[in-house]
Amino acid sequence: MATTRTGNTPVTFPTASGGTVASTVPVGAVHAPGSPLDRGASLVEGAVVLDDTVAPNAPWSAVVRRGHVLTIVDVGGNQSADCLLYDADDPEERYSVPDTLAWQGNAYVRTGTVLRSNEGRALMTVVANEIDRQDTIGGACGKESNTLRYGHHVMFQHGCRENFLAEAGRRGLGVRDLVSNLNWFMNVPVEADGALGIVDGMSAPGRRVAVRADRDVLVLVSNCPQMNNPCNDFNPTPLRMLVVDPAAVAGGTRSAAAAGTLGGTA
Amino acid sequence: MTTAERPAASAPHGRYPTERVPAHARDLHLTDSVRSARDDARAQGGQSGEWMPYLPASGSPYRPPGVDPAALVWAETVAPGGYTHKALARGTRLRFDDPTGDACAHLLLFNALEPVERLNVADTLKIPWQAYLGENHPLLSGDGRVLAVVSDDSSGRHDAFCGTSTDAWNERKYGDARPEGPAPSGRGLFLKAAAKHGLGRRDLPPGVSFFQGVRVGADGTLGWRGSAGPGTHVELVAEMPLLVLVANVAHPLDPRPDYVVGPLRVHAWRGAPTGPDEPRFTATPELHRAYLNTVDYCEARGL
Repeated sequence: MATTRTGNTPVTFPTASGGTVASTVPVGAVHAPGSPLDRGASLVEGAVVLDDTVAPNAPWSAVVRRGHVLTIVDVGGNQSADCLLYDADDPEERYSVPDTLAWQGNAYVRTGTVLRSNEGRALMTVVANEIDRQDTIGGACGKESNTLRYGHHVMFQHGCRENFLAEAGRRGLGVRDLVSNLNWFMNVPVEADGALGIVDGMSAPGRRVAVRADRDVLVLVSNCPQMNNPCNDFNPTPLRMLVVDPAAVAGGTRSAAAAGTLGGTA
Repeated sequence: MTTAERPAASAPHGRYPTERVPAHARDLHLTDSVRSARDDARAQGGQSGEWMPYLPASGSPYRPPGVDPAALVWAETVAPGGYTHKALARGTRLRFDDPTGDACAHLLLFNALEPVERLNVADTLKIPWQAYLGENHPLLSGDGRVLAVVSDDSSGRHDAFCGTSTDAWNERKYGDARPEGPAPSGRGLFLKAAAKHGLGRRDLPPGVSFFQGVRVGADGTLGWRGSAGPGTHVELVAEMPLLVLVANVAHPLDPRPDYVVGPLRVHAWRGAPTGPDEPRFTATPELHRAYLNTVDYCEARGL
């Protein structure tokens, strides 16, 4: 398949500031026009602390305070949200796949899974989940690992490791701080003979997962730009990140459900 | 906690009692002057123990079959609950032996020249499309290169899901995780090994372990399979200059209430990295491109 451009003809892209720019940069694809999008609402009642939309292909980060609940909405369905967690006060203590799995004795993440640190302690807990199982063994895509998986012609495609590095840098973290991650809404079965891989997802537009912070946690997310496997159904869509404070629900502040109507279409 | 408040050392258990100082050690040493202390210290040399490094490595009493003694660069028996570490040249063969069936070799690998490049367990499973380590399985970095490859395996009981133990785990399971105590955690040992190469907490990613198997059930349950018995081994080829950290501690899922781990033998000898003419180099499309990336890096660095 010929993918090499023979000319330097710019293509028009929307800009972050709301305008357009004509560019020859081969940026990643985004979802097809007309893709169904469901922005959902918080899975847990509470006062809204944060309501962000993560554009396709983009990174995101925020500190979720202890007791607050982060709902991640899979707005377009089967969009992998690659995710890393850090103790906000001591980022050298961070999410650990093996500790999370060994403590619960299971390879999949579901409601009740305690997301543990490299010191074996709880960072967050999954309090609600609308798909059968969530992944934490598939890791993140990256420019370099993509060359192993798909060939060297994909080297200049975007990847989650690039997003993690960029976003980590904004938080004073770097390559030493990247470890194996969670992949919300991604499906990685392990078969009886050990065969393992990313297959078609089990999510759908508007499906959600909710995680409660067991201490102040820095959450890093990459809205996965991968275009060579089904981790985003080959159709990168937005993610909605909703943080609520359940303790403030009775305080008369606006509810998460009400906030959900404010965002409009993504 | 003062020394007096610490729990007393537990009674010897299992097959691996802790080493003990004789009751009257004081009576065995004459050390009342520098000269007598020097003589006393020097008189202690030349002994052998159950676990120790063998120097020069060519003199190892446990030299693997078929290995030229002159090629050996590392020979050591790691104590139960012990750790070891070494920087190895590209092409070095690294062999672990489990003589008793109770060793558990927890392993972390780094590019010795740029330690920010290190073992990536997710890529190590995902890219070969295989959850269980065995012959020809690459141990991949996060940078799309082969740090090492499993070149021989007579055990088949390994684990890339559970990593190693933490202090929190061992304190819950055994009531103790002190690095100097009877139930050290793997992470506690890795921290010390890493520190000796200028690395710290940020530099310890999830690792893999050899000789105690885990299998994933259909519902995701992590099932303990234990070891394949005494006398098995695993051999790796260093495909890049490696920093190797090894902790020989009880596997986190070991169901025994006692902290049972056997001695671990480590040998390494000079060799060549996997070359383009070897079947392994092109065994799968993914492995082939991983080797191309590895060779590309090494050639550019003049390795």
